[in-house]
Formats: sequence, structure tokens, C-alpha cells
Amino acid sequence: MNLILISLITLVIVGTLSAVILFFASKKFEVYEDPRIDEVELALPAANCGGCGFPGCRGFANACVKADLLDNLLCPVGGTPTMEKVAAILGKTAGQGDATVAVVRCGGSCDLRPRTNQYDGVSSCAIAHNLYGGETACSWGCLGLGDCIVSCKFDAIYINPETLLPEVDEEKCTSCGACVKACPKAIIELRKKGTKSRRIYVNCVNQDKGAVNKKACEAACIGCSKCVKECAFDAITVTNNLAYIDPNKCTLCRKCVAVCPTSAIVELNFPPRKAKVPTKEAELEPAN
Amino acid sequence: MRTFKIGGVHPKEYKFSAGIGTKISLLPKQAIIPLGHYLGAPSKAVVTKGDLVKVGQLLGQASGFVSANVHSSVSGKVAKIDDAIDASGYKRPAIFIDVEGDEWMESIDRSSTIKRECTMTPEEIIKKISDAGIVGLGGATFPTHVKLSPPPGKKAEVLIINAIECEPYLTCDHQLMLEKGEEILVGVSILMKAINVNRAIIGIENNKKDAIAHLERLAKTFTGIEVMALKVQYPQGGEKQLIDATIGRQVPSGAIPIEVGAVVQNVATTFAVYEAVQKNKPLFERIITITGKSMAQQGNFWVRIGTALATVVEQAGGMPEDTGKIVAGGPMMGRSLSSLDVSVAKGTAGVLFIPTIESARKKMKNCLRCAKCVSVCPMGLEPYLLMGQSENAMWTEMERNRIMDCIECGCCAFTCPSNRPLLDHVRYGKTTVGGIIRSRR
Repeated sequence: MNLILISLITLVIVGTLSAVILFFASKKFEVYEDPRIDEVELALPAANCGGCGFPGCRGFANACVKADLLDNLLCPVGGTPTMEKVAAILGKTAGQGDATVAVVRCGGSCDLRPRTNQYDGVSSCAIAHNLYGGETACSWGCLGLGDCIVSCKFDAIYINPETLLPEVDEEKCTSCGACVKACPKAIIELRKKGTKSRRIYVNCVNQDKGAVNKKACEAACIGCSKCVKECAFDAITVTNNLAYIDPNKCTLCRKCVAVCPTSAIVELNFPPRKAKVPTKEAELEPAN
Repeated sequence: MRTFKIGGVHPKEYKFSAGIGTKISLLPKQAIIPLGHYLGAPSKAVVTKGDLVKVGQLLGQASGFVSANVHSSVSGKVAKIDDAIDASGYKRPAIFIDVEGDEWMESIDRSSTIKRECTMTPEEIIKKISDAGIVGLGGATFPTHVKLSPPPGKKAEVLIINAIECEPYLTCDHQLMLEKGEEILVGVSILMKAINVNRAIIGIENNKKDAIAHLERLAKTFTGIEVMALKVQYPQGGEKQLIDATIGRQVPSGAIPIEVGAVVQNVATTFAVYEAVQKNKPLFERIITITGKSMAQQGNFWVRIGTALATVVEQAGGMPEDTGKIVAGGPMMGRSLSSLDVSVAKGTAGVLFIPTIESARKKMKNCLRCAKCVSVCPMGLEPYLLMGQSENAMWTEMERNRIMDCIECGCCAFTCPSNRPLLDHVRYGKTTVGGIIRSRR
């Protein structure tokens, strides 16, 4: 009986003492965390991709809560809708920004870009790029060894077995930019996703002169500036023999796609064009 | 017989073109003279389209200290200044000249008499070498005048001439020594004067016995020049290995040869120095070896810089039918070419045609941890470890493991029984770590 009593009293004393120490320690060493961080984190896509430049979604949420203005903060995965939700929680105004997606800008498939030599070294774009210009006469284009695929944590990029070029799965792509960093040729760009995922872009990064790159690849941008003249919105510029379409100015009218002589300008996710009704003249005089 | 102390391999020599006298290559129809250099800043063009140029005329002015002048190797009209594909498959700026005749600058002494006396001061000699656009002809094409201007506080004690030619197949330096022995020795004495030393060692591997005997006989008439026969071992032509082999000093990690009092120059560079100083002739031609197991008329050719490799190869009987790989340079350190339209640059030592049966890589197997790569590495590195770190992007660890000491000699990949591409990964790691180190400055 005595033994039980002593144990009980000792336990109560130790427990009370510990409780007192812990109480004061928790007061002394308290780290205040804004409860809004948790709320903001819940509103984010939880991809933890790092595309925003912060370590994961919680890092971004923390930055959003601390920031005075949300102008320079953007979740590339969620885009404006997500940022508006975040802004509502924090009582700030969201910066304007659009959801982006990775775009592989090379159209040099096997049949359009003939191989001039054979590479049998390590299957890594970075190493091949370090060694030489690549298996084709185009030293700018895709090497096809798949560094972007290895870098993607979301399984969103794959090699199309027909063209042997990488393609992006828009559903899976979080626009984190890992593939952009992995590509030694800087072919991949994060582009505005566009309404209904519709995009128009120049599918080439070759800066050689037209006469040179035409020989290397049939799908190369030759810098002819036809698209620049066709565009009514000043969205297209040609620098170093290469056209670039500004996604913020582009109205997706598709006129440039039609005039490009090498089909280097690509339209994505548009409904098929109406087949042209052959005119009577065309029927009468078939092309020779 | 002496050689370097750590590592090294001895690949089969295959010096088929040894002893075949040099031929003078035909002039190209259009010369494409590169303005860029392997190292350093590209030169700035001083001619414009339509200009008439003579052989030896300045085309490109060095931009910065680590850069070299570029001279015309042909006479004719400048067709354009544009980008041209170089040995790497990337485009670099070059000057295109349509060749008309072969008119040399009057200032160049074209006589074959050997001028032994040099009355210039060291500063004048270095200025002359810099003006003549001389770069190291061993392959790295580092500007020679930079090597001859030691940093303040450092003093050269000995000049070492690199006549090793440890790469299999190549014979251009060997042939140059046999044909231009006396000129080379005059060049050596000029270089000795330029860096103010009274001792020079010409290191030659013992597989070139005729060249050793020839130079030894000639060296008796010069003071302070010693010809040293060395045991055949690759990569003895590496600067640090050669210093170890000849004078037994080890250059510390990250340091340059002047730290141990040595200045190393290639034997072909020495000949170019002779021509520049004594004959007033800038560097616009060199010997290259055209060789391969199935090559019909292989040999050594005097080629003007800017001649397309195809033009030279044609004179050697054309490309063999069974060619699987074309290499610019030797088989150990050369670069695979994707086209013969590439023009001869200052650093091109030869073209090697490897038959298809030998050219393909063998299937890679798992690492056995046999440490053969460790025992052959002449820099004392651990290539298997560096490869793994390169694959896993462990750049900090690579830097700590002295990746920047790697001389890319390829001994590790050559010796690996599992055919692992050690050098590819190590080289990629070296490039990346080098970039990281540069960005810190």
C-alpha cells in the first residue's frame, strides 16, 4: 500500500514539474505561424513542383502571406484562378498572370531532318551536346536522347515514337520548368496556355540563315518574315533569322500558320479547319 | 629510361605514316579560315568582303590577352565573313577567301637558307611571336606569347620541348623533326632567349629513334639543348606528365608549369617560332597526318590553314570505303567529325579513318570495381567515382575530388574492361563544374 502511494506521489510531482517547465518553455520559445499560411497552402494545387521559384507549395504560401503585393508571385500551375483564391484569403489583389505549359520547339522529325551521322555514345543530351552538334546538320534542334523526360517528375513529357521528338502531356504538365533547365539546346519554353489550351508558336529554334537551315531540316524557320507581314497585331518578331510569336499579343487568328512556307508555325488544340469548298474554276482546271 | 610516375597506358602505336616524306598539299579553291580559337576570345576581323588579300596578310586581330592573330593562308578575294562549321559541328565565325594565284607578302623570307643568328631582345621575340599569331600546335591551341610571359614573381628555369607525339597513328611531329631538325633547334634557342633560360630539354618517345639520333647530332652544335629519349607511355605528351618525365617535378593541382620553373612548348610550335622570328612568316600552314588502317596513300601533308579536310584527304587517295568513324586528331583525344567539309585549323594534327568494324562502341556492362581506371589515371583521380557523381549531378563532390585536374586523356575509358563511357561522363562533369567555378568569380 505504502509503495503504491509513494509511486503515485512521485509521479504527480514529476508530472506537475514537467508541466510547469513545458508551459514556460512553450511561452519562451514560441514560433508564431500565421494560420493563413495553412489556408493558402490548401488553395494551392499541391504539386510541390517548384515552378514558382519557391521550395514547394508551402514555401510559396509563406511568401504570399509575407508579401505586401502579390504582383510578382504566380503559381504557374494554377494561374490566375488560383491566385485570385489566394488573394481572397489574404485580402490582397492578385497579380495578373496566366497559366503556362511547356512547349517543345523543334519540328525536326526523322523524315524532315535527315541524319548525317550516327551517335553511339552515352544516351544523354547533356553529354552529346558537350561533344558535338548532333546527329543532323541542324546543331540547334532536338537531340532526342530524352534528358527532358528524365527531368520531369510528373511523367508529362514523352517521346513520340513516330517523330522521335518529345511531346508534352498538357493534363500532367505543371509548368515547373525542370525540362527547360534540363534541355541543353534551350528548345523548351514555358508558354501561356491560352484559351481552351489553344496555342500558336514557332516550332523551331534554329538561328542559322534560311539557306543553310533549309538544307538541314525541312521544318526549320527560315526567317523569311512572311508571318510578320501577315500578322495584324505586331505579335511576331524575327531576330537572328528566327521568328518568335509573343503569346501576349497573339490573338490566335491563325493567319501566320497558313503563310509559313516551311510549316514551322504550329497551331495546337484548334478545331479542324473547314475544308475549302473547291470553286468551279478549280474543278474545271485541275492543277497540272 | 624515364617516364612519368603515375598511371598511363600503352596503346598499339599504328604509326603507318611514319617515315613517309611530307607532301605539299594543293591549294583549295576556297579557304575558310576560322577566326575563333579553341581557347580564348575569337579574333576580330580586320578585312571586309571584297578585299584582296595576300598570303600572310593579317585577317583577324587578337581581342584580349588570351587570343591570337589570324593571317591569310592564301591570296585572293574575301568572299564573305560568315559562320562555318568547325570540328565540333557548331558554327563559328570564319573568313571565306576565293583563292586566286599564290601571291605572298613581300616581307616573308621564302628562301630555304637557315638563319641561325637571332639578335632580337626577349621582348621583341615575344612581340614577334604574338604578331605572327602562334598558338600551341599540340592541340589545345593556347596562345604561345601568353605562355612565354610568366606571371610576376615567377621565373622559368628550364624550357621543355614536347616532341612526344604519344597519340597512336599521328606522325606529323616525327616527320617535322626529321625534315626540319636544324630549324627546330634554332627555334628552341630563340625560345630559350625569350624566357631567359640556359637549359632546354627536347623530350622524344623512344619509338622515334631516327628523330632522336638526328636531333642529338644537331644539338651538339647548340649550347644548352639536350635531347632526352623517354619510355613510350601515353599520355606523356600531357604538359604535367612531360614535366614529371623530364625533370622529375610535379606540378601541384590547379597550378601551371611555371610554378615548378618549367615552360613547355610543342615541337611544331617551335618550328613556327623559328619561321616567325627568322623568316618573318606568320603561322598559316602546318603539317597534318592523314592516316587509317585502310587508307591507300596515307602520309603527312603541309596544309594551309583553312583548306577543307576533303581537299587534303583526296590527295591521300580519298576516304576508304569501310570508314565507320572519322576522327580529327589521334584516336585517344581526337574529336569525331560529322563532315569532311570542316577546314584545317591551327590545332588540327591529323585525320584518322577508323574502319566500321572497329569504330562502334562495345556494349556497356556494370562496373566491376576493379580500379583499373584508378591505376591508369595519370592525374591520380578516381574515374569510376567521378562518373557516378557526374550521373547524379553531385558537382560539389566532384570539385572536391579534383575533377578540374582531369586532362581528358581517355586512359580510363580505354582500359575499362566493362566498356564504360567514363570519359564522356567525366568530361561533362568537368565542363559543368568549370562553369560553376567561373560563375563564382
